[in-house]
Amino acid sequence: MPDTTNVSSDEIIICRDVHKWFDDFHVLRGISVTVRKGEVVVIFGPSGSGKSTFIRTINRLENHQKGDIIVDGIELTDDVRNIEAIRSEVGMVFQQFNLFPHLKVIDNVTLAPIWVRKWPKAKAEAIAMELLERVGIPEQAQKYPGQLSGGQQQRVAIARSLAMQPKIMLFDEPTSALDPEMIKEVLDVMKKLAGSGMTMLVVTHEMAFAREVADRMIFFDQGVIVEQGPPEQIFTAPQEDRTKLFLSQIL
Amino acid sequence: MSIATDIVIGPPDRPGAVLWLKKNLFSSWLNTLLTILSTAVIAFVVVGLGRWILFNADWSPVVQNLRLFAVGPYPVEQMWRIWAIVYMVSFLMGVSGGRWRGSVQTFALAMALAYTVLAILPISLEYLPLASRLRLLGNVLAAGLGYLLGRRVAIKGRWLALAWALSFALTLLLLGGLRNAAVAPYLPFVESGRWGGLLLTFLLALVGIVASFPIGVLLALGRQSSLPVVKGMCIIFIETVRGVPLVTILFMTSILLPLFLPPEVRIDRVLRAMLGMTLFAAAYMAENVRGGLQSIPSGQVEAAKAMGLNGWQTMLLIVLPQALRVVIPAIVGQFIALFMDTTLAIIVGLLELLAIGRAIINSNPQWLLLDMEVYGFIALIFWVFTFSMAYASRRIETAVGLGKR
Ligand SMILES: Nc1ncnc2c1ncn2[C@@H]1O[C@H](COP(=O)(O)OP(=O)(O)O)[C@@H](O)[C@H]1O
Ligand SMILES: [Mg+2]
Repeated sequence: MPDTTNVSSDEIIICRDVHKWFDDFHVLRGISVTVRKGEVVVIFGPSGSGKSTFIRTINRLENHQKGDIIVDGIELTDDVRNIEAIRSEVGMVFQQFNLFPHLKVIDNVTLAPIWVRKWPKAKAEAIAMELLERVGIPEQAQKYPGQLSGGQQQRVAIARSLAMQPKIMLFDEPTSALDPEMIKEVLDVMKKLAGSGMTMLVVTHEMAFAREVADRMIFFDQGVIVEQGPPEQIFTAPQEDRTKLFLSQIL
Repeated sequence: MSIATDIVIGPPDRPGAVLWLKKNLFSSWLNTLLTILSTAVIAFVVVGLGRWILFNADWSPVVQNLRLFAVGPYPVEQMWRIWAIVYMVSFLMGVSGGRWRGSVQTFALAMALAYTVLAILPISLEYLPLASRLRLLGNVLAAGLGYLLGRRVAIKGRWLALAWALSFALTLLLLGGLRNAAVAPYLPFVESGRWGGLLLTFLLALVGIVASFPIGVLLALGRQSSLPVVKGMCIIFIETVRGVPLVTILFMTSILLPLFLPPEVRIDRVLRAMLGMTLFAAAYMAENVRGGLQSIPSGQVEAAKAMGLNGWQTMLLIVLPQALRVVIPAIVGQFIALFMDTTLAIIVGLLELLAIGRAIINSNPQWLLLDMEVYGFIALIFWVFTFSMAYASRRIETAVGLGKR
């Protein structure tokens, strides 16, 4: 087991030479990244380059076969207790929202605090209402997800993740499934969250959002990190041809 | 009356009705022809059936044997226990109707109506004595009182469900009595061979439904297990049972099972039939539930895991509730089939409703040719209950549809 004690306490995610295969398809080919507390990292790159797979290894929805991933001082292995500990510290927001359609909005938000954190129902509901307030939809608490618009659903999903009081938030293309007029309301919530000091890994192609909020941008292609740096550098002076090409296609 | 002036008087009904008829039944010459033809067929059947029911049929084997149809050879001097059970169910139905309203209320109402009709049925007091009629009306009263209680007092749904579960246990206790010498004088043992008629049909169906549901869910979960032994055993059980007719299973549990068991272990005859029906229903239930489990998108499981829920919590809180919702129609369909399959218990010598009917026909030479009446009556009883189950299923579907995507 690698020694994790001498790691600077500021570094909340450490990936060292992470590899992953789907059968014989080599999807992550040596990813090394370190993320500091409170940092907002935007990950972008062509479709199929392994962005989703990478952020899913951080809460072990996918396992990696080689290299180390250390999250909040805990190394990710097959140990179930480690995995559950990490998952309750790391929130995740999906492209397809993945709200629980059989539960009311409020129950979606209180579910994990009640069952994982073992909070009393009243406390969980009070905090859930605060969070729904923060994402701007307290009046929807008693509705079912199916009765909400896409933008509202995604904001509930964010509130649901925040209810566990995570240290890290992962976002996998949170606005890609939304109609254009709803993208802003979700990005606004994410901006506020970034402003509050949350550590965030965001896979997105919303470049205006990245320019405004990101501390660092990482360009993925074919399972490797091609280039990374602060937004000004990526947008004004990209070093690699592949980055230039990709940016010219999406901007 | 100033209010009356506010009411907008709509167009008179008749033009609307005529328009409706024209639009739906006579919109083209083909539709007109179909309307006339089907009306003729319906009229022919209804008139013929009505004439037979009212004038030609001889209902004496039905009318003279109401008690046999209801409970079979249950000892007459112990009939008070049956009435106690009926009172209990009537009262609970009333409370449930008042508490839950909606279709439960409809059912409670239908039940009260059926009791009332039965109580005033124009047949000889010799066959439906005054005491029984009064008891039926007493049940209407019990249901009414229960209804008022359900409306007035805020009873938790959970407690009411618990009361139903307890009433089921109490029913079995009352029916069977106890072997214990101390209580035997008050509640003597009635061996299950003497349970019969509609009572036994209900018991077989109810036990089959109640027991096969959890077993079926467990089998479905086991079939998805990552442990090869568990998975293999579930698959073997499910596929074996599904590959064999119910009759065979009933024979196995009724006749072969006792041969394998040590002689001091004696399982009651009715219990063996219940076991067979439950195992049979559980295998089909498992396949229904599996269909539901597979219909849940993987994103649901991922979201649950990402929040830190463990495997059991994910299954019980997220996947299973959604999966069961999807398969409600299939499950109710299966319950209806199970209800009708109880008639197969006749082949292992149980006197459920159909067997009682047969016994009655054979009991009197004059009734030998009245099988139409007897089987028609039994068919009506089955229809009433299967129709109710199908109706309940539709209501449940719309009620849970609220949470759909
Ligand atoms: N469960 C899986 N099994 C096999 N291949 C997969 C699986 N998930 C993703 N892949 C493949 O891995 C590659 C990277 O996928 P993904 O991480 O989703 O890319 P991105 O999010 O950058 O679009 C793609 O080629 C995809 O087809
Ligand atoms: Mg992706």
